[in-house]
Amino acid sequence: MIDTKMTRRAFVGTMGTAAALTLAACGGGSSSTDDGAAADGGEATADANVKIEMVTDTGGVNDQSFNQLAWAGMQQLSADNGWEVSYIESKQDADYMTNLDKAVDDGSALVWGIGFAMGEAVNTAAEQNPDVQFALIDGTNDNGSANLTGVLFKAQEPSFAVGYIAARMSTAGKVGFVGGMTSETIQAFEYGFYAGIEYANKEQGTAVTYVGQYAESFGDAAKGKSIAQKMIADGCDVLYHAAGGTGVGMLEACNEAGVWSIGVDQDQAVLFPEYETIITSALKKVDEAVVNVSNGIIDGSIAGGDNIVLGAAEDAVGIAPTHDLLPDDIYQAALDVLDKIKSGEIVVPETKDALDAFVAAL
Amino acid sequence: MSKLEQFLRSRFAAALAAVLVGFAVSAVVLAAAGFNPIASFAALFNGAFGKPKYIANVIIKATPILLTGVSVSFAFKTGLFNIGAEGQYILGTVLATIVGVKLNLPMPLQVPIVLLSGILGGAALGAFVGWLKAHFGIHEVITSIMCNWISFYLCNYVVMSDTFHKPNSTSALPVSPSSYTMILGNWKKSEAGTEFLAGIPWLREILLKTDLNYGFIIGILVAILISFVLTRTKLGYELRAVGFNRDAARFSGISVEKNIVLSMLIAGGICGLAGALTITGISPHTITLLAAMESYGFNGMSVAFIAACSPIGCIPSSILFASLIYGGMTVQQVMGAPSDIINIMIGTIVFFTALPGITPLLANMVARRRKERENIRVSKDGTPLPEKEV
Repeated sequence: MIDTKMTRRAFVGTMGTAAALTLAACGGGSSSTDDGAAADGGEATADANVKIEMVTDTGGVNDQSFNQLAWAGMQQLSADNGWEVSYIESKQDADYMTNLDKAVDDGSALVWGIGFAMGEAVNTAAEQNPDVQFALIDGTNDNGSANLTGVLFKAQEPSFAVGYIAARMSTAGKVGFVGGMTSETIQAFEYGFYAGIEYANKEQGTAVTYVGQYAESFGDAAKGKSIAQKMIADGCDVLYHAAGGTGVGMLEACNEAGVWSIGVDQDQAVLFPEYETIITSALKKVDEAVVNVSNGIIDGSIAGGDNIVLGAAEDAVGIAPTHDLLPDDIYQAALDVLDKIKSGEIVVPETKDALDAFVAAL
Repeated sequence: MSKLEQFLRSRFAAALAAVLVGFAVSAVVLAAAGFNPIASFAALFNGAFGKPKYIANVIIKATPILLTGVSVSFAFKTGLFNIGAEGQYILGTVLATIVGVKLNLPMPLQVPIVLLSGILGGAALGAFVGWLKAHFGIHEVITSIMCNWISFYLCNYVVMSDTFHKPNSTSALPVSPSSYTMILGNWKKSEAGTEFLAGIPWLREILLKTDLNYGFIIGILVAILISFVLTRTKLGYELRAVGFNRDAARFSGISVEKNIVLSMLIAGGICGLAGALTITGISPHTITLLAAMESYGFNGMSVAFIAACSPIGCIPSSILFASLIYGGMTVQQVMGAPSDIINIMIGTIVFFTALPGITPLLANMVARRRKERENIRVSKDGTPLPEKEV
């Protein structure tokens, strides 16, 4: 067993080195700095000691979706208020709890969990740490913790507006929807989209039909592409997705086939300039939500313990400013539709039953 | 042999030098990327060992890669390259979840059954790969990489199946609580438990804020057992003989086919156990929809090769690897370094740790210089000295 003994000694050596380096590091006077706040640390002093952190889901901070938008919001908070901000990326589901724990240990006044996959972990962390405020994008406060704010978006509302655009832009009279995973969150996109099509049909006297399919994955671009190709072959000429990375495959298929596509969450025409057929995008302004809710929680106007549902009325959703490919009248009409949603004149359905009722009442 | 030379030839020096060089090179990488290396390493060690609960988390994260590392080491010692550890691990999680969700027996029955189903899952997949190799000569690297993807998509299929999918989530249903293997799992949340723990803050932090479980202890036992089997039993002798030279083994009457299948079966079973222990030991106690491989098996390969494929050596090397991964998160949090830089940093350290050949080279240099000195002395005295062993 000589092998064993040596390895154990080698291990002690490793740890010894580790300890030595730690000491050296302490001697060097390390101070924890942060790239976001460092630049602004000097000018803003009023709230300089406020620290907020976010934990991403496994998509990572450069996911070109809600994690990235949330981090953009955090950076804006750092620039505006001089707060210290930082993020931790989760690589596995098992990292959610430990990363949230580290964010709490770092002395954060507010910890954000991004994405509905983190819901359970954030709820548990809020129960374990009653002194720290938590907020959750796309998830709800399930257990009534007084220090947790769930932030939800009325995804059906921008979907309604792009559904309206899709129906007006379709010449073949058939449009398609590619979903990520079957869940209430994604179905809200789907039914809002269909309602927008029905609304346009009624207004314009057209009979645009729609199909929808779920890829059951947010990360499978190849599958998104093949679903889209099938829909295009079946005669669809405008496609919309709520499928994260899977949807990127759809955008690609549309670009190759030369049919219109509609992006989601961010202005994807800007994000993917290589796909030249993106006519508009349904926006979920996660960045603005992070800024507004963080400000509210830190200044005390949001007490925590509730779920906040943000929609067109709060300007938290909308359609992309890019509209180069859209005729002006259609773009304007879509903005009018959004205004009607804002004023409450149109109540957009988010479930199958509500959609049926909506269509019946048209 | 001089003292310095002797020291340089020890494996202790090899490991020490390798780790030092690893940190030195990654310091250069960090500095080049614009991050203060000293502050980064401080964050790394503070993040991994700064609090009792962090150490607990390092142990938790080391558990699966210790076992997959032992599996890879074991297979390697028997002449097989188990690149399929990832898939066997996944299949272990899948079967443990299926059985754990469907069964709800008393804990003393439930835990062994759930763990056993995980072991069976991994072992079956491993044995299949071994069988293909033994009877058709298909290389295990090719088949086990393919099996990784089969397990991967099987996992996603089970997560999305009507029977196991948890509505409005990306995961399957969690296993019955009687399958949990956390240390003092029920007691720590009971009234008596919270009252007792209130007096001992550090223990309270460890037990309530982490999922500290029995997995690592089981991992150590498995490492010792595997080491014993390999070096002290007839089975281990046969397995290693097949690994060293198949023809010679066959010539001396050892069944090569049987031993290849057996070796992959055991290796797969260990990975399956790793998967099952993840399900029973840490929340969310279920499998989730995988977007990419979670790398438990691939990290196990790093763990094994840092340990020079010694099953016992996997124990410290899994701790080293887990502390880099877990502490790396703090580097990101404190320094704002992107994941890519953290991964390069970890990769550099591991790369040099796995290079044991640096110090013997230095020892050779010391030896050569001494010889040169001796030669000079010989010529001065005019009488030849008796030749020394170098």
